[in-house]
Amino acid sequence: MSEKKRATPLLDELKKGPWPSFVREIEKSAETNAMARDTLGQVERSYEDKISHWKHGGLVGVMGYGGGIIGRYSDLPEEYPEVAAFHTYRVNQPSGWFYTSDILRTLCDIWERHGSGLTNMHGSTGDIIFLGSKTEELEPCFRDLTEHGFDLGGSGSDVRTPSACVGPARCEWACYDTLDACNDITHTYQDELHRPAFPYKFKFKFSGCPNDCVASIARSDMSVIGVWKDNIQIDQEKVREYAANGTDIEHEVCQMCPTQCMAWDGTKLTIDNANCVKCMHCINVMPKALRPGKERGATILIGAKAPIIGGALLATVFVPFLEMKPPYDDIKELAEAIWDFWGEYGKNRERVGEFIQRVGLGNFLEEIGLDPIPEMVAHPRTNPYIFFEDELEEEEDA
Amino acid sequence: MGQPTVDEVANAMFDLVKATHGKKNLKAMDLTKAMIEKFGADAVDKKLCKLAIRQLIDSGRCIYSYFGGSFITLPPENEGGG
Ligand code: SF4
Ligand code: SF4
Repeated sequence: MSEKKRATPLLDELKKGPWPSFVREIEKSAETNAMARDTLGQVERSYEDKISHWKHGGLVGVMGYGGGIIGRYSDLPEEYPEVAAFHTYRVNQPSGWFYTSDILRTLCDIWERHGSGLTNMHGSTGDIIFLGSKTEELEPCFRDLTEHGFDLGGSGSDVRTPSACVGPARCEWACYDTLDACNDITHTYQDELHRPAFPYKFKFKFSGCPNDCVASIARSDMSVIGVWKDNIQIDQEKVREYAANGTDIEHEVCQMCPTQCMAWDGTKLTIDNANCVKCMHCINVMPKALRPGKERGATILIGAKAPIIGGALLATVFVPFLEMKPPYDDIKELAEAIWDFWGEYGKNRERVGEFIQRVGLGNFLEEIGLDPIPEMVAHPRTNPYIFFEDELEEEEDA
Repeated sequence: MGQPTVDEVANAMFDLVKATHGKKNLKAMDLTKAMIEKFGADAVDKKLCKLAIRQLIDSGRCIYSYFGGSFITLPPENEGGG
């Protein structure tokens, strides 16, 4: 075991300044945990050599599961024996990341019993991340987690742990119950989450309104964004209050509206709701005066991804408006139709968005059984893919 | 050929994983397509194959691996067997 504290001059640089430092936090753990000590040593060495000394992948996991554990090894095991195997757990977070302090302590205790004690709350997909498990501790730690009601999240070519914004639990803009939808989808697709059967990952993300606090439009293969169908609710009295308190409604609100569908005459705000693209700008500026409409549901968008192999993609609207009521059968039907087609014809490591680009949106829609409609836009007022056959025929005839 | 049982499909999948071990990485869908080809689309479908893969993994005969994608392979102690 590496008992000594090593000199880490390069990491020490990262402790300077007023902000929190991951180095300082790892050092605290290193006082009692040898894995944390060797982590510091190896990371310092990586900075010296300007190369990562971690290797990923391989044959690690817990019995029956194909996801949730990411194999990680040191390529300098003799020098840093405590981190020779340093696997990562993805633990499925509760919807909206709500915890009691008691359960947070329980999670930390479990992790101190079985691993490095280092966590990352949370990973970019949303999971609770436990960093650094030896191979022999994988099963015992998993047992401990499940005994306390937790389960692993997704990794590899499967449904990744769905995530949701805090939604109606704390936010007045929520147009549907993001927490319930996320929880329902997570439970429905346990098999798809734990048993990788897809060409690549598939992410669900649930945002309660177009502010999209979980960045679903940019990061998820199926993005569910709360929206309303009717008119923005206006409290004219409160609008006047904003004006009296210094908000320049003409410049800060009306002129910033992307479709210029608002007008302010000094006493009354009017909105041409047919031209509102639900960007949330006006509501965010005057939250006391404006609210989303009353007919609420969600827009379903498909095909976003962050840049890994190819470039980034934003999602495209597939279903402009859906009532979001349990048991969410429409969403499930759509997801399963997509998995069926993409699962069979997608290439290894090809995300749904890339697959759509390869086969064409028109063909994709036909295969999953959705009729093209004008609202299937890449972004407001832009529909670059769909050709309406009737119109083409008419043009040809003309 | 009549409809094979889940066990029969799982056995056929296992044979395929063993035969290709070290030569080709197989994904769940590769196994499914191979079984549909072997037994015929009338006899097996994706659902049956899903159950067979579950049987294969839960019995410990195969495990999932990750090498830039998730594959189904033999557990380390069986690696010489292919
Ligand atoms: S996405 Fe909308 S509903 Fe969800 S937390 Fe953000 S502002 Fe609130
Ligand atoms: S939500 Fe956006 S598009 Fe709609 S009225 Fe307000 S600023 Fe304009």
